[in-house]
Amino acid sequence: MIQAIAFYLFAFVVIASAVMVIFSRNPVHSVLWLILAFFNAAGLMLIAGAEFIAMLLVIVYVGAVAVLFLFVVMMLNIDFAELRAGVARYAAVGLALAVALVAEIIIAVSAWKVGGIELGRRIAATDESIPNIEAVGRLLYSRYLFAFEAAGLILLVAMIGAIVLTYRHRAGVKPQNISAQINRRSKDAVRMVDAPVGKGVEL
Amino acid sequence: MIGVTHYLVVAAILFTLGVLGIFLNRKNLIVILMAIELILLAVNINLVAFSAALGDMVGQVFAMFVLTVAAGEAAIGLAILVIYFRSRGSIAVDDVNRMKG
Repeated sequence: MIQAIAFYLFAFVVIASAVMVIFSRNPVHSVLWLILAFFNAAGLMLIAGAEFIAMLLVIVYVGAVAVLFLFVVMMLNIDFAELRAGVARYAAVGLALAVALVAEIIIAVSAWKVGGIELGRRIAATDESIPNIEAVGRLLYSRYLFAFEAAGLILLVAMIGAIVLTYRHRAGVKPQNISAQINRRSKDAVRMVDAPVGKGVEL
Repeated sequence: MIGVTHYLVVAAILFTLGVLGIFLNRKNLIVILMAIELILLAVNINLVAFSAALGDMVGQVFAMFVLTVAAGEAAIGLAILVIYFRSRGSIAVDDVNRMKG
Protein backbone atom coordinates (compact mmCIF):
# COMPACT_ATOMS: atom_id res chain seq x y z
CA MET A 1 0.00 0.00 0.00
CA ILE A 2 2.70 2.46 1.01
CA GLN A 3 4.65 1.57 -2.16
CA ALA A 4 1.64 2.41 -4.30
CA ILE A 5 1.18 5.75 -2.54
CA ALA A 6 4.87 6.57 -2.95
CA PHE A 7 4.83 5.56 -6.62
CA TYR A 8 1.78 7.66 -7.46
CA LEU A 9 3.16 10.64 -5.53
CA PHE A 10 6.54 10.51 -7.30
CA ALA A 11 4.97 9.82 -10.70
CA PHE A 12 2.48 12.68 -10.36
CA VAL A 13 5.14 15.18 -9.28
CA VAL A 14 7.53 14.08 -12.06
CA ILE A 15 4.90 14.59 -14.73
CA ALA A 16 3.55 17.83 -13.24
CA SER A 17 7.02 19.34 -13.00
CA ALA A 18 7.87 18.17 -16.54
CA VAL A 19 4.76 20.05 -17.72
CA MET A 20 5.93 23.11 -15.83
CA VAL A 21 9.44 22.83 -17.37
CA ILE A 22 7.92 23.09 -20.82
CA PHE A 23 5.27 25.70 -20.17
CA SER A 24 6.83 28.10 -17.69
CA ARG A 25 7.58 31.53 -19.07
CA ASN A 26 10.83 32.11 -17.25
CA PRO A 27 13.72 29.68 -17.99
CA VAL A 28 14.99 30.05 -14.40
CA HIS A 29 11.67 28.61 -13.22
CA SER A 30 12.05 25.89 -15.86
CA VAL A 31 15.40 24.87 -14.39
CA LEU A 32 13.96 24.78 -10.87
CA TRP A 33 11.07 22.60 -12.03
CA LEU A 34 13.61 20.38 -13.80
CA ILE A 35 15.42 19.90 -10.48
CA LEU A 36 12.14 18.86 -8.85
CA ALA A 37 11.50 16.41 -11.72
CA PHE A 38 14.95 14.86 -11.27
CA PHE A 39 14.48 14.47 -7.52
CA ASN A 40 11.18 12.69 -7.97
CA ALA A 41 12.53 10.50 -10.77
CA ALA A 42 15.25 9.51 -8.31
CA GLY A 43 12.46 8.55 -5.90
CA LEU A 44 10.82 6.45 -8.61
CA MET A 45 14.07 4.61 -9.24
CA LEU A 46 14.65 4.17 -5.53
CA ILE A 47 11.37 2.31 -5.05
CA ALA A 48 12.20 0.18 -8.10
CA GLY A 49 15.31 -1.01 -6.25
CA ALA A 50 17.94 0.88 -8.28
CA GLU A 51 19.53 2.73 -5.41
CA PHE A 52 22.81 3.55 -7.12
CA ILE A 53 21.14 5.06 -10.19
CA ALA A 54 18.83 7.07 -7.94
CA MET A 55 21.77 8.59 -6.04
CA LEU A 56 23.64 9.15 -9.31
CA LEU A 57 20.61 10.99 -10.66
CA VAL A 58 20.62 13.36 -7.69
CA ILE A 59 24.40 13.91 -7.83
CA VAL A 60 24.88 14.20 -11.59
CA TYR A 61 21.62 15.80 -12.68
CA VAL A 62 20.71 18.00 -9.75
CA GLY A 63 24.25 18.69 -8.59
CA ALA A 64 25.91 19.25 -11.95
CA VAL A 65 23.63 19.49 -14.97
CA ALA A 66 20.83 21.56 -13.45
CA VAL A 67 23.30 23.94 -11.80
CA LEU A 68 25.09 24.28 -15.14
CA PHE A 69 21.78 25.23 -16.76
CA LEU A 70 21.10 27.71 -13.98
CA PHE A 71 24.52 29.33 -14.43
CA VAL A 72 24.08 29.66 -18.18
CA VAL A 73 20.55 31.04 -17.90
CA MET A 74 21.66 33.66 -15.40
CA MET A 75 24.94 34.47 -17.18
CA LEU A 76 23.36 35.31 -20.52
CA ASN A 77 21.30 38.45 -20.72
CA ILE A 78 18.44 37.25 -22.87
CA ASP A 79 15.09 38.81 -23.67
CA PHE A 80 12.88 35.83 -22.96
CA ALA A 81 9.59 37.51 -23.79
CA GLU A 82 10.68 37.77 -27.41
CA LEU A 83 11.60 34.09 -27.49
CA ARG A 84 8.12 33.10 -26.32
CA ALA A 85 6.52 34.81 -29.29
CA GLY A 86 6.15 31.83 -31.64
CA VAL A 87 4.69 29.31 -29.19
CA ALA A 88 1.13 29.33 -30.50
CA ARG A 89 2.32 28.87 -34.08
CA TYR A 90 4.08 25.58 -33.34
CA ALA A 91 1.52 24.24 -30.83
CA ALA A 92 -0.61 22.45 -33.46
CA VAL A 93 2.32 20.60 -35.05
CA GLY A 94 3.77 19.73 -31.67
CA LEU A 95 0.46 18.41 -30.32
CA ALA A 96 -0.12 16.31 -33.46
CA LEU A 97 3.34 14.79 -33.10
CA ALA A 98 2.82 14.18 -29.38
CA VAL A 99 -0.51 12.42 -29.99
CA ALA A 100 1.06 10.22 -32.66
CA LEU A 101 3.90 9.34 -30.29
CA VAL A 102 1.53 8.47 -27.44
CA ALA A 103 -0.53 6.25 -29.75
CA GLU A 104 2.59 4.42 -30.93
CA ILE A 105 3.85 3.93 -27.38
CA ILE A 106 0.46 2.58 -26.24
CA ILE A 107 0.45 0.13 -29.16
CA ALA A 108 3.98 -0.99 -28.33
CA VAL A 109 3.27 -1.44 -24.61
CA SER A 110 0.05 -3.37 -25.22
CA ALA A 111 1.77 -5.62 -27.77
CA TRP A 112 4.49 -6.27 -25.22
CA LYS A 113 1.86 -7.04 -22.54
CA VAL A 114 0.34 -9.75 -24.76
CA GLY A 115 3.72 -11.43 -24.64
CA GLY A 116 5.05 -11.40 -28.16
CA ILE A 117 8.76 -11.41 -27.42
CA GLU A 118 10.58 -13.85 -25.19
CA LEU A 119 12.87 -11.99 -22.82
CA GLY A 120 13.97 -15.10 -20.99
CA ARG A 121 17.73 -14.96 -20.95
CA ARG A 122 19.38 -12.96 -18.16
CA ILE A 123 22.80 -11.52 -18.85
CA ALA A 124 23.51 -10.68 -15.23
CA ALA A 125 20.71 -11.83 -12.96
CA THR A 126 20.06 -9.67 -9.91
CA ASP A 127 21.71 -11.16 -6.87
CA GLU A 128 19.56 -10.38 -3.83
CA SER A 129 22.32 -11.28 -1.37
CA ILE A 130 24.58 -8.33 -2.23
CA PRO A 131 23.71 -4.61 -2.15
CA ASN A 132 22.65 -2.86 -5.33
CA ILE A 133 25.75 -0.66 -5.54
CA GLU A 134 28.03 -3.68 -5.17
CA ALA A 135 26.19 -5.53 -7.92
CA VAL A 136 26.50 -2.54 -10.26
CA GLY A 137 30.18 -2.15 -9.39
CA ARG A 138 30.98 -5.81 -10.05
CA LEU A 139 29.30 -5.59 -13.44
CA LEU A 140 30.93 -2.27 -14.35
CA TYR A 141 34.45 -3.41 -13.55
CA SER A 142 34.20 -6.81 -15.18
CA ARG A 143 31.89 -7.27 -18.12
CA TYR A 144 31.47 -3.59 -18.98
CA LEU A 145 35.00 -2.42 -18.18
CA PHE A 146 35.73 -1.15 -21.69
CA ALA A 147 32.35 0.53 -21.97
CA PHE A 148 32.99 2.14 -18.59
CA GLU A 149 36.36 3.48 -19.71
CA ALA A 150 34.79 4.72 -22.93
CA ALA A 151 32.26 6.58 -20.78
CA GLY A 152 35.13 8.20 -18.93
CA LEU A 153 36.69 9.16 -22.25
CA ILE A 154 33.39 10.73 -23.34
CA LEU A 155 33.35 12.86 -20.21
CA LEU A 156 36.98 13.90 -20.79
CA VAL A 157 36.24 14.87 -24.40
CA ALA A 158 33.15 16.79 -23.25
CA MET A 159 35.19 18.67 -20.65
CA ILE A 160 38.01 19.57 -23.06
CA GLY A 161 35.48 20.45 -25.75
CA ALA A 162 33.59 22.80 -23.44
CA ILE A 163 36.84 24.51 -22.39
CA VAL A 164 38.09 24.86 -25.97
CA LEU A 165 34.74 26.19 -27.18
CA THR A 166 34.33 28.83 -24.53
CA TYR A 167 38.02 29.86 -24.28
CA ARG A 168 38.54 33.43 -25.44
CA HIS A 169 41.79 35.15 -26.44
CA ARG A 170 41.62 38.76 -25.32
CA ALA A 171 44.06 41.45 -26.39
CA GLY A 172 45.51 43.76 -23.76
CA VAL A 173 45.59 41.34 -20.85
CA LYS A 174 48.73 39.71 -19.43
CA PRO A 175 48.00 36.06 -18.64
CA GLN A 176 50.38 33.81 -16.76
CA ASN A 177 52.98 32.19 -19.06
CA ILE A 178 53.68 28.96 -17.25
CA SER A 179 56.45 27.59 -19.51
CA ALA A 180 58.35 30.90 -19.35
CA GLN A 181 57.99 30.82 -15.57
CA ILE A 182 59.33 27.30 -15.30
CA ASN A 183 62.19 27.89 -17.77
CA ARG A 184 63.46 30.96 -15.91
CA ARG A 185 66.70 30.19 -14.08
CA SER A 186 68.32 32.06 -11.23
CA LYS A 187 71.38 33.00 -13.35
CA ASP A 188 69.12 34.98 -15.72
CA ALA A 189 67.33 36.75 -12.93
CA VAL A 190 69.80 37.29 -10.11
CA ARG A 191 73.15 39.08 -10.34
CA MET A 192 75.70 39.32 -7.54
CA VAL A 193 77.41 42.68 -7.45
CA ASP A 194 80.33 43.63 -5.28
CA ALA A 195 79.27 47.22 -4.58
CA PRO A 196 82.13 49.61 -3.81
CA VAL A 197 81.66 52.33 -1.20
CA GLY A 198 80.40 55.66 -2.55
CA LYS A 199 80.13 54.49 -6.21
CA GLY A 200 76.71 52.90 -6.49
CA VAL A 201 75.91 50.02 -8.81
CA GLU A 202 74.93 49.87 -12.42
CA LEU A 203 71.56 48.28 -12.99
CA MET B 1 0.10 -3.49 -7.18
CA ILE B 2 2.67 -1.40 -8.99
CA GLY B 3 4.06 -3.24 -11.99
CA VAL B 4 6.39 -2.50 -14.85
CA THR B 5 3.49 -1.13 -16.90
CA HIS B 6 3.02 1.75 -14.46
CA TYR B 7 6.66 2.73 -14.93
CA LEU B 8 6.36 2.42 -18.70
CA VAL B 9 3.34 4.73 -18.70
CA VAL B 10 5.16 7.35 -16.62
CA ALA B 11 8.21 7.13 -18.90
CA ALA B 12 6.02 7.37 -22.02
CA ILE B 13 4.30 10.51 -20.70
CA LEU B 14 7.65 12.03 -19.80
CA PHE B 15 9.10 11.23 -23.22
CA THR B 16 6.11 12.75 -24.99
CA LEU B 17 6.34 15.87 -22.84
CA GLY B 18 9.98 16.19 -23.83
CA VAL B 19 9.19 15.94 -27.54
CA LEU B 20 6.32 18.40 -27.11
CA GLY B 21 8.68 20.77 -25.30
CA ILE B 22 11.09 20.78 -28.25
CA PHE B 23 8.25 21.76 -30.57
CA LEU B 24 6.64 24.33 -28.28
CA ASN B 25 9.83 26.20 -27.44
CA ARG B 26 11.21 26.26 -30.95
CA LYS B 27 12.98 29.56 -30.33
CA ASN B 28 14.47 29.04 -26.89
CA LEU B 29 17.54 26.83 -27.11
CA ILE B 30 17.89 26.48 -23.33
CA VAL B 31 14.42 24.97 -22.93
CA ILE B 32 15.11 22.66 -25.89
CA LEU B 33 18.18 21.33 -24.07
CA MET B 34 16.08 20.85 -20.93
CA ALA B 35 13.48 18.95 -22.96
CA ILE B 36 16.26 16.66 -24.24
CA GLU B 37 17.22 16.02 -20.61
CA LEU B 38 13.60 15.06 -19.90
CA ILE B 39 13.66 12.61 -22.83
CA LEU B 40 16.86 10.99 -21.54
CA LEU B 41 15.31 10.80 -18.06
CA ALA B 42 12.34 8.91 -19.53
CA VAL B 43 14.75 6.49 -21.22
CA ASN B 44 16.50 5.95 -17.89
CA ILE B 45 13.21 5.25 -16.11
CA ASN B 46 12.40 2.65 -18.77
CA LEU B 47 15.79 0.98 -18.40
CA VAL B 48 15.54 0.84 -14.62
CA ALA B 49 11.93 -0.43 -14.71
CA PHE B 50 12.83 -3.28 -17.04
CA SER B 51 15.94 -4.02 -15.01
CA ALA B 52 13.81 -4.39 -11.89
CA ALA B 53 11.04 -6.33 -13.62
CA LEU B 54 13.30 -8.83 -15.39
CA GLY B 55 15.77 -9.20 -12.54
CA ASP B 56 18.74 -8.22 -14.71
CA MET B 57 21.36 -5.71 -13.59
CA VAL B 58 22.41 -4.73 -17.11
CA GLY B 59 19.58 -2.21 -17.38
CA GLN B 60 20.97 -0.21 -14.47
CA VAL B 61 24.48 -0.29 -15.94
CA PHE B 62 23.17 1.09 -19.21
CA ALA B 63 21.15 3.72 -17.36
CA MET B 64 24.49 4.90 -15.97
CA PHE B 65 25.97 5.13 -19.48
CA VAL B 66 22.94 7.12 -20.64
CA LEU B 67 23.51 9.44 -17.68
CA THR B 68 27.14 9.93 -18.75
CA VAL B 69 26.19 10.83 -22.29
CA ALA B 70 23.46 13.17 -21.02
CA ALA B 71 25.95 15.03 -18.83
CA GLY B 72 28.45 15.39 -21.69
CA GLU B 73 25.74 16.48 -24.08
CA ALA B 74 24.50 19.16 -21.65
CA ALA B 75 28.04 20.51 -21.17
CA ILE B 76 28.81 20.70 -24.89
CA GLY B 77 25.35 22.03 -25.74
CA LEU B 78 25.58 24.83 -23.21
CA ALA B 79 29.13 25.68 -24.34
CA ILE B 80 27.91 26.02 -27.93
CA LEU B 81 24.99 28.11 -26.64
CA VAL B 82 27.35 30.46 -24.81
CA ILE B 83 29.65 31.05 -27.81
CA TYR B 84 26.63 31.44 -30.07
CA PHE B 85 25.16 34.05 -27.75
CA ARG B 86 28.52 35.82 -27.61
CA SER B 87 28.72 36.19 -31.37
CA ARG B 88 25.04 36.88 -32.14
CA GLY B 89 23.55 38.33 -28.97
CA SER B 90 20.53 36.03 -29.21
CA ILE B 91 19.73 32.34 -28.70
CA ALA B 92 16.78 32.10 -31.12
CA VAL B 93 17.10 28.88 -33.07
CA ASP B 94 15.57 30.54 -36.13
CA ASP B 95 18.65 32.76 -36.44
CA VAL B 96 21.03 29.81 -36.71
CA ASN B 97 21.94 30.27 -40.36
CA ARG B 98 25.56 31.32 -40.08
CA MET B 99 26.82 28.14 -41.72
CA LYS B 100 24.11 28.26 -44.43
CA GLY B 101 23.47 24.55 -43.96
